Amino acid sequence: MFYIYCPYCGEHREEEEFHPKGQAHLARPENPDECTDEEWGNYLYFRDNPRGIHHEIWVHAIGCRKFFNVTRDTQTYEIKESYRMGATPEVTHANDPLS
Amino acid sequence: MQKYSGFGLLKHALTYHENWQRVWRSPKPKKKYDVIIVGGGGHGLATAYYLAKEHNITNVAVIEKGYLGGGNTARNTTIVRSNYLWDESAWLYEHAMKLWEGLSQDLNYNLMFSQRGVLNLGHTLQDMRDIHRRVNANRLNGIDSYALDAQGVQEIVPILDCSSNARYPVLGASWQPRAGVARHDAVAWGFARAADAMGVDLIQQCEVSDILIEDGATVGVKTKQHGTILGERVGCVVAGNSGVLAEMAGFKLPIESHPLQALVSEPIRPILDTVVMSNHVHGYISQSDKGDLVIGAGIDGYNGYGQRGSYPTVEHTLQAIVEMFPMFSRVRMNRQWGGIVDTCPDACPIISDTPVENLFFNCGWGTGGFKATPGSGHVFAATLAKGVAHDLAKPFSMFRFHNGALVDEHGAAGVAH
Ligand SMILES: Cc1cc2nc3c(=O)[nH]c(=O)nc-3n(C[C@H](O)[C@H](O)[C@H](O)COP(=O)(O)OP(=O)(O)OC[C@H]3O[C@@H](n4cnc5c(N)ncnc54)[C@H](O)[C@@H]3O)c2cc1C
Ligand SMILES: [Zn+2]
Repeated sequence: MFYIYCPYCGEHREEEEFHPKGQAHLARPENPDECTDEEWGNYLYFRDNPRGIHHEIWVHAIGCRKFFNVTRDTQTYEIKESYRMGATPEVTHANDPLS
Repeated sequence: MQKYSGFGLLKHALTYHENWQRVWRSPKPKKKYDVIIVGGGGHGLATAYYLAKEHNITNVAVIEKGYLGGGNTARNTTIVRSNYLWDESAWLYEHAMKLWEGLSQDLNYNLMFSQRGVLNLGHTLQDMRDIHRRVNANRLNGIDSYALDAQGVQEIVPILDCSSNARYPVLGASWQPRAGVARHDAVAWGFARAADAMGVDLIQQCEVSDILIEDGATVGVKTKQHGTILGERVGCVVAGNSGVLAEMAGFKLPIESHPLQALVSEPIRPILDTVVMSNHVHGYISQSDKGDLVIGAGIDGYNGYGQRGSYPTVEHTLQAIVEMFPMFSRVRMNRQWGGIVDTCPDACPIISDTPVENLFFNCGWGTGGFKATPGSGHVFAATLAKGVAHDLAKPFSMFRFHNGALVDEHGAAGVAH
């Protein structure tokens, strides 16, 4: 069971209050009409799927209902950090000493 | 290969079963193979078997990082059915079903394939409309499929709560009599034994750590235990680890890896002689020949490689089971485990060439690929042998996520396995 820190509520809460919403930091193409099929398909469907450090969106569904990001290890399930939308993660695949 | 038979069993009884032949060899890898298959689950082993049997390609290695069939093949709830909505998937799964029907004889291995039927319950009017639509689509594709009302369901499963008192009353179901279950380990072992007998090298405890690429084409793999192994063509059949292998080859897949869990109860007397699945309350159940109730849960929503599932998910599943079968409320659960499933946005597999020449992937089966094992191996073997997709595999190219030709099976595969 995850114990997740909501950066808006400023509290740790149990996993059941939250929903995972997939990979974080996906930028919607500025001009979809100018995308090739490949670019648009990549944006819609192709995802990072690392065995290790992953940045993902969670929503505090039955709390404040805000969306935020979590950096989590998909192998050990250790949560490294929670941070607000728009912020950049401190732990990344490149700087995590264990991955 | 020693042929198994009732007579053989008697003969070996005379020597206290001490002289059985090893079921397969444990060879040292050769330097080079015509085809390397990464992943020794059911799908990889079936691929090797059909490469040898149908295409006479026997210089084949199956490279497995753990033990044969130890991945999702040994972790699934073994439901086999072919009642999918869309033509492309119905044809693929029905192709597998036809192979299942003769497979124990074909492999000379008892797969305990039991066509005990599968019910997919409907609890709302929309469920029932979807069921009627799918049943009609199935019939147009020659697949045995029937729509039942609640009374029809009750006749098949007297212990199911079909009363109007249920919180989500059962309104009816689709019923596929030819569907059922098979013994998952036996499927891996049967394919492995038959492939080995035709000369395929099964290399266990050997983890692929890189895919070797020269001029945009693969030339083999690097392994942690046995160094470089060269191959003319490489087929990756690694289920939940597909993303990791794709990353080695330098591209992404439209796949995310999620934990999916199942659990079994203590063994009890025979009580349920078919398979009951419900998308709406989200749970499914059958009873194994040993007597344990085999119960499948949903996936955890987050990505994970931890081969275990979360407790809230188990709880939801058991709520659904008890809702359907109030009499099971006091059955004790014995074991619970997870597998890592490779889910695809349209709930259909990827059987495909890739951006790297001579490198092929068979993955994306997600929560429901066990039923396809022989069919998947059969079409993937043809794909690897010829270098172009088998006709039944063509709609399942990974590039459908670029051109938009998805095969959206979420309706038929919502839960469902
Ligand atoms: C709990 C659960 C219930 C399920 N229920 C059903 C069901 O009822 N019906 C149904 O049809 N399907 C079901 N499924 C899905 C089904 O199990 C899978 O789709 C199917 O078994 C996949 O087979 P596979 O051979 O592709 O994968 P696997 O059996 O997972 O085999 C892949 C193999 O690749 C190996 N591997 C990975 N990485 C490497 C590497 N780097 N080097 C070498 N080897 C590697 C792994 O060790 C593994 O043995 C269920 C799955 C789960 C987890
Ligand atoms: Zn909050």
